[in-house]
Amino acid sequence: MSAYNLNVYMPVVILVAIAIVMVVGALLVGKLLRPHNPTALKEQAYECGEEPVGSAWSNFNVRFYVVSLVFIIFDVEGALMLPVAVVFRKFQGIGNGAVVLGSFLLFIGILVSGIVYCWRKGDLDWVKSFTLNSYNEDRDQIAESKTA
Amino acid sequence: MNETVVTFFSGSHPYQVVTELLTRYLGFNATGLLTVVTFFVACFVIVNVMALVGGLGTYAERKISADMQMRQGPNRVGPFGILQFLADGVKMIMKEDIVPKDSDKMIFFIAPILCMAGVFATLAVLPFSSGFTLTHLNIGVFYLLGVSSVVGVGIFLGGYSSNSKWSMIGGMRGASQIISYEVPVTLSIIAMVLLGGGLNFKDIVGAQGGLPHQWFIFHNPFTVISFIVFFIGALAETNRAPFDLPEAESELVSGYHTEFTGMRFAFFALAEYVEVFVLCGVAVALYLGGYQVPFELSDTFLLHNKIGLPLGPARILGQLLEVGGFVSKTCALYYVVIWIRWTLPRLRVDQLMTLCWKYLTPIALINLVGVAFWVYYFDGESMWNLIFKSGAAAAGGH
Repeated sequence: MSAYNLNVYMPVVILVAIAIVMVVGALLVGKLLRPHNPTALKEQAYECGEEPVGSAWSNFNVRFYVVSLVFIIFDVEGALMLPVAVVFRKFQGIGNGAVVLGSFLLFIGILVSGIVYCWRKGDLDWVKSFTLNSYNEDRDQIAESKTA
Repeated sequence: MNETVVTFFSGSHPYQVVTELLTRYLGFNATGLLTVVTFFVACFVIVNVMALVGGLGTYAERKISADMQMRQGPNRVGPFGILQFLADGVKMIMKEDIVPKDSDKMIFFIAPILCMAGVFATLAVLPFSSGFTLTHLNIGVFYLLGVSSVVGVGIFLGGYSSNSKWSMIGGMRGASQIISYEVPVTLSIIAMVLLGGGLNFKDIVGAQGGLPHQWFIFHNPFTVISFIVFFIGALAETNRAPFDLPEAESELVSGYHTEFTGMRFAFFALAEYVEVFVLCGVAVALYLGGYQVPFELSDTFLLHNKIGLPLGPARILGQLLEVGGFVSKTCALYYVVIWIRWTLPRLRVDQLMTLCWKYLTPIALINLVGVAFWVYYFDGESMWNLIFKSGAAAAGGH
């Protein structure tokens, strides 16, 4: 066991620091150069000349939430598949190719079943399919819940 | 042991002399100090070069689009208008900084920083050459995937904090688009990791060669499709046309940066152009042979013994040849990205999601299975090797 040298992560810290200094520095330098005379009209949100009605922080379409849920499942699967992919050729080199191929296919099988499930449930449709049948079903359900 | 730009330079004679001198005069072991200084200088140089690339990217975009539409493009500032981006920068910094009254001031300030930090952090592992890469992290590809997602957070927060409806819709679209296309991109990259046998960019590039038949894109029929899926996904992740829905100017004014003025807007634009370069570079490293030079011309041994250069210049020249190979391939891809932008019309949101989840993701999954089976059955040989071998066997049989 050799101690892992954390020096190799030093550029990451330096680069992020440079990015922060660059943005803050440019804004500070700009403060000396640029005009500053705010008016109430200027500080409004831009809506093509119309006066903004209400805040933009209102309820938003739930479809974006569904997309992010589906994404999380797939991304975790992807993160778990990376180590298997890394050792694939090493395992094959020592004659365990079938084992690693099997586990790899198991992972992919879980992913495929996940995407098939989402597809069947209609979570991958951006515009939910609308048929007369589903409309009638919904109407009947609403009518039932009202009478109950 | 991970290799960095410091391990490359510390092998050279002048570096060791400087270390010894500093140690003698300062009275303590100067190795650590010199490591920090070298890293800092290297980071500074790369950041400046990439900022220049971002600036020239805007110029290239305008000039190439003008060329495609039979216009002149910028031609007043400097020769052929090449200094246009500097004039734009000066203009941006002189502009009044308007912050909307109802916005979330703190997040409004942080959003451009997040974009810039995410893009600059990806530069740490971008393999310019075997020696001049800032650091060959052993988790290189994984790190790059993670860090480049920070840009998406910056875009979403930029849209959210403005408290403008255009920005909000743009930010939401940007976030959903970036996370959706991350799935096919990740799956395509996993196939390349499988072929290269490591997450380190050095391993993946090292498994390829300088000539096109040694590149991973032509390794087997599946990798060609994998490259196309990766390239489409990369376009969507950088919000480039035809996937520029977050900033669709004909419907959302300017999308997530509607309310950002002056330098704040400039940093969003710079981050976008540098990210396009970075993702083109990643595509080159994963699929198009990275920094490999044909016939291994960059080999120090070759330059030193056969041509007779001294050892120090031979190493540097070899590295510069590799940088040249990498940058020329990346710029060619950059041109393709701009070309696509001025050729294809923008997609609708539902088409965008259908393309990602119903086409690219299943294709990427099938690809992954195909590559895994190829590596299993043919022991990781490329199709050209198999053709040569079967040809040789057929010739030997007679």
